[in-house]
Amino acid sequence: MTDATAPGAVPSGAGQGSLLARDTRTAKRNAAEGRFKIYGLVAVCIGIAALIVLLTSILTSGLSAFRQTTIDMQVTLDEERLDPSGARDYDEMARVTTFGYAPLLRDGLQATIAAAGIEADLDPGDAMDLISDESIAQLRNRVLDNPDLVGQTIDLTVLASGRIDGFYKGRVSYASAELDSNVSPEQLRLAEALEERGALRTGLDWRFLTAPDASDTRPEAAGLGVAILGSAYMMLIVLVLALPIGVAASIYLEEFAPQNRWTDLIEVNISNLAAVPSIVFGILGLAIFINFAGLPQSAPIVGGLVLTLMTLPTIIIATRAALKAVPPSIRDAALGLGASKMQSVFHHVLPLAMPGILTGTIIGLAQALGETAPLLLIGMVAFVREYPDTPLDGGFFDPATALPVQVFNWTQRSDPAFVERASGAIIVLLAFLLLMNLTAVFLRRRFERRW
Amino acid sequence: MSLTRTAISGMALAAASATAAAARDQVQVAGSSTVLPYASIVAEAFGENFGFPTPVVESGGSSAGLKRFCEGVGANTIDIANASRAIRDSEVQACADAGVTDIIEVRIGYDGIVFASQQNGPDFAEFTPGQWYHALAAEIPGEDGTMKTNSNTSWTEIDESLPDAEILAFIPGTKHGTREVFEEKVMLQGCEDTGAMERMMSAGMDEDAVEEACMSVRSDGRSVDIDGDYTETLARVESNANGVGVFGLSFYENNTDKLKVATMGGVEPSIETIASGEYPVSRPLYFYIKAAHLAAIPGLKEFAEFFVSNDVAGPGGPLSDYGLVPDPELAETQEKVASEAVMN
Repeated sequence: MTDATAPGAVPSGAGQGSLLARDTRTAKRNAAEGRFKIYGLVAVCIGIAALIVLLTSILTSGLSAFRQTTIDMQVTLDEERLDPSGARDYDEMARVTTFGYAPLLRDGLQATIAAAGIEADLDPGDAMDLISDESIAQLRNRVLDNPDLVGQTIDLTVLASGRIDGFYKGRVSYASAELDSNVSPEQLRLAEALEERGALRTGLDWRFLTAPDASDTRPEAAGLGVAILGSAYMMLIVLVLALPIGVAASIYLEEFAPQNRWTDLIEVNISNLAAVPSIVFGILGLAIFINFAGLPQSAPIVGGLVLTLMTLPTIIIATRAALKAVPPSIRDAALGLGASKMQSVFHHVLPLAMPGILTGTIIGLAQALGETAPLLLIGMVAFVREYPDTPLDGGFFDPATALPVQVFNWTQRSDPAFVERASGAIIVLLAFLLLMNLTAVFLRRRFERRW
Repeated sequence: MSLTRTAISGMALAAASATAAAARDQVQVAGSSTVLPYASIVAEAFGENFGFPTPVVESGGSSAGLKRFCEGVGANTIDIANASRAIRDSEVQACADAGVTDIIEVRIGYDGIVFASQQNGPDFAEFTPGQWYHALAAEIPGEDGTMKTNSNTSWTEIDESLPDAEILAFIPGTKHGTREVFEEKVMLQGCEDTGAMERMMSAGMDEDAVEEACMSVRSDGRSVDIDGDYTETLARVESNANGVGVFGLSFYENNTDKLKVATMGGVEPSIETIASGEYPVSRPLYFYIKAAHLAAIPGLKEFAEFFVSNDVAGPGGPLSDYGLVPDPELAETQEKVASEAVMN
């Protein structure tokens, strides 16, 4: 800008030019501005395009996780096999393992196929591959819950196996089944015949959100139940610990602490901590909480403590910024009317800074929700099938996983059906993050005051 | 200030809860990512069939698992370490130093390592260890035994029966137990088969140097180390028509629609050929139990016994369905677990 007024920089012909006619220098400056706008627009477009590509790829491969193929069948619960003594004694009946229930299900499927009038040239074992292994456990649990069912023929709706499910989601075709050692075209034909007779259908299924993880042989049964609970527990711990500690520390540093070398040092350290790679907090957690304090591995309490340490600097920085943004006139007015320092802070400054503090906290929580690395070292990247208890019954100490961990685990599994599960989990994670960020935006819009 | 506070409150909380953490009612397993799917299949079935909670299974690799296993005895250490190789003497020593003196070694079966390429790629149907040695060795001895940098760029240069395709192999990275097996059973074997070893010996190299030269892999980009999982190898093979990947048998069996497998030394990899020992590239899989935990952790012994029972680890069981090659000496293993026989 300065060169426009600098002496000697007057362009030739200046003075004769009209303000209305553009000279070459103005044209040049305008062109530079135009170019800059285009650069900016291109940058934004690249960002949006990347987001669209990411979202479409995740949504196309992940939305199908919320749909599941199921098969209706009848199973005759043979007393001879399930309760030879006839006493309906739970302990006695629990001795029959899932290996004992498998033949019942196999016979039941054969009978169902025959009753539907389907002629399939599949041996019973291959037909059995149509249904998930999970259904055996499902049947056993149902019988043990209600022993009176023994001897009857019951209707059962079971999950179709991953490959059959994949057939209805476009992952498996007759051509790929030719080559696939886990599914044959005959099995697909049988599935289609069952579908024609209404015994097999694909529909919305929320079990993906509630069921626990499943082993590599049953991708169709794998769900996010334990992971969602684990993440929720950890977020609760982070919120309960990090918010009060972070806010107290910020208020002290911002309002009460003297300005000296020590507070400067602390300030630098807090900013530094915010940039420390999260895995470092995992190492710290392993050393302090597990090895030294003797807390259990794989537990949300340890995960929550580690994530608290990780989130604290974020919250402190956000809170201090929010406190700083409250104009000094508010404090001066309060003090001038005879309020103590503490009263001025808690009655006037803090309420005005609250939207900023909450926004910072929520953003910190959202960041913690997506962390996998620190959990790796404290044993939360694991195969966990048992739901943790409620927090009142010590659920914080039970093993659990977390949402991003589940994504990480599923991408490593060999069955291609887990790709869909992993993308589905990403969708759930993104939905939670979106919800949290929207809350942050809402709080800011609703309560923020500008001076 | 805030840091001290955080640390203090963290400590206080930890101390308050330490008593609650003393008891643990589920088995904790960690270790090899090759054994992980098998262990989780068994854990799942165990949780379904017994009154005990489902064991928690972590991966992280054989070495990492054994390291955690050897951290000591107590409820906040793991009970079982999975390993895709036998425990090393140094690890036994580390365990003993930390107080883990009684270890039960359990062999659960065998894992085959297969060589596969994408369905639409060149026709890689038959390999021998010798061909792989010539394709991937860093240096190959000439007729007179002097080492020359490997200049092979195409498989046909090595053997005319192989397709005219660029050499591009995706092999497990050095952190994987599979790499060790690959080096020993393919590279070293190939070195011996092709007479390269003899030439090096006669050129006056000592045995260790020869072995090292045989197993060193070229680093000019034709051999790519995969440090991730087989899913990463699969993705690389799918995007490179000429690529050949090294996979576990169970992974291949789950992806036969995308991969075609080559024979090794004329033998097709399958559960049968690996069990009979005809297929050359295989290795045993293990898990290790901390004997001191058997009494303290409910369900640990039951889990170990269930793992090696005929229903689970035997032929036709869920593990062999998934690709584990059953151990012909399973009965002995069962006996060992039942009697809690520790390693000496």
